[in-house]
Amino acid sequence: MKSFLDRRSRQRIFERGIHAALLLCASLSIFTTIGIILALFFETFDFFKEVSIIEFLTDTQWTPLFVDKHFGILSLVAGTFIVSLIAMCVAIPLGILCAIYLSEYSSPRFREVVKPILEVLAGIPTVVYGYFALLFVTPLLKSFIPGLSGFNALSPGIVMGIMILPMVSSMSEDAMHAVPSSLREGAYALGATRFQVATKVVVPAALSGIMSSFVLAVSRAVGETMIVTIAAGQQPRFSLNPLVPIETITAYIVQVSLGDTPAGTIEHKTIFAAGMTLFIFTLALNLISNWLKERFREEYR
Amino acid sequence: MNRLAYNKLVDRFFKLAALAATIVGLVFLFTLVWDIAHDGAGRISWSFLTSFPSRRPERAGILSALVGTIWIMGLTAVFAFPIGVGAGVYLEEYTKKKNLITRLIEINIANLAGVPSIIYGLLGLGIFVRALSLERSLLTGALTLTLLILPIIIISTREALKAVPFSIREASYALGATRWQTTYRQVLPVALPGILTGTILALSRAIGETAPLITIGALTYIAFLPESVFDPFTVLPIQIFNWVSRPQKGFAVNAAAAIIVLLVLTLILNSIAIYLRHRFQRRIRW
Repeated sequence: MKSFLDRRSRQRIFERGIHAALLLCASLSIFTTIGIILALFFETFDFFKEVSIIEFLTDTQWTPLFVDKHFGILSLVAGTFIVSLIAMCVAIPLGILCAIYLSEYSSPRFREVVKPILEVLAGIPTVVYGYFALLFVTPLLKSFIPGLSGFNALSPGIVMGIMILPMVSSMSEDAMHAVPSSLREGAYALGATRFQVATKVVVPAALSGIMSSFVLAVSRAVGETMIVTIAAGQQPRFSLNPLVPIETITAYIVQVSLGDTPAGTIEHKTIFAAGMTLFIFTLALNLISNWLKERFREEYR
Repeated sequence: MNRLAYNKLVDRFFKLAALAATIVGLVFLFTLVWDIAHDGAGRISWSFLTSFPSRRPERAGILSALVGTIWIMGLTAVFAFPIGVGAGVYLEEYTKKKNLITRLIEINIANLAGVPSIIYGLLGLGIFVRALSLERSLLTGALTLTLLILPIIIISTREALKAVPFSIREASYALGATRWQTTYRQVLPVALPGILTGTILALSRAIGETAPLITIGALTYIAFLPESVFDPFTVLPIQIFNWVSRPQKGFAVNAAAAIIVLLVLTLILNSIAIYLRHRFQRRIRW
């Protein structure tokens, strides 16, 4: 018994305890994933007992909160799609130009000042962007586009694009930065201008890294919630018209969560089915993005 | 025009376009800040900070939301910091070779970082609200946000630990220290500023989160202060959302004023993080 209590043994037991505790912390992430899948799966499974999966995937109306119930996720998917598309039309060209400027043209000092300021954009709470989209951007756009509704896909799409911009520019710039400077020097030695070096050497060389940032940006746009909840409206619509109120998957989940739909009803189960759809979309996009990033890393090891 | 002059012209034009694109983001940021300051600065007063919400916009305040935000932030920090650092330490210091389990955990963390926040809300609803019957309490909110920001803390902890030179660990082992003694007394103190920076940045993300807390059922109207972790709550972003969704002009002004308070809180957190990072870079040299 005495040997059990000697210092070394006690220390060894203590070390093992610490090891186990740390392992537990690390494995919590696995439990989180399992938790997400189970939480979504059970309710979604119940949902599909009452609604056929064919209707869910092909019906073009989504009216679970009305008397005449339709469960066609396509109208929410269409809303999510149009807002994300607008966001990408803003974020991708601006993001890539911004990345090229910071990586190939700007002085180091300019980059040091501008990059952190741009990153502030990514740190602003999304509810603030929602406010700005609804009360500043929409009225501004209305003065150009008379037919624009108070709630629409265009304004939150543009604002979301600016929000995602720093992510695209920052990740693309990192990818461009990783391109060996010998490639650039080779091109310069042949008399190429900066524009030619940027577009014909650096961007193609960093392409998979840049694409990875685009895909991740799409995933962020698809999962973004508050901007669209505030500024895009709550009218599920199977249409790609950016000027009228629509509803995204995320905004629908918020709408139901705010109401007093009792748990266990089919109306309430819809948010888990919608959540599952969203989870599958974003997971697929994240996996593609990671795959592209890994590929890029292997090219320049 | 000869070829060379043409190429130079294209180059110059492209440079201007790229500069313009860079400036768009900056202009947008300044417009946003100016618009919100313009709308809301006049509304901020002591009574705005110390009143409960009300049906009349001019009487309403953010007391319950502000107190709720402070509670949630405190609880989230208490849960997320030890767990995140523990997980980071395990993955960086306790796994010699990359075996299947650590690979799995790593891929998993990378994927979790990309899961939309509203999905964490559904997780919180399914696990904490229903399965553990914690209801729509502060505890549920804090645990949900903990799971949300854990990947960020784990990733930044690992980065901070990686920056500690290996010789420090070897010296400690050579003196007969155990793995935990080495980690706790040598590696962690050196990596701490980096870890704290990452944790604070994660918290500054959590402070603005709205969607997951709405999904777990946090209330939008509360006229009392929580007294224990099992009480219902609201937070600043939810209060802002609630005011933005109302048609009366007075509530939009309130929303702008509340946004200023929220942005100031976020700014304070970020400044602390920047300060720590700065200090970290200066002090330690090997």
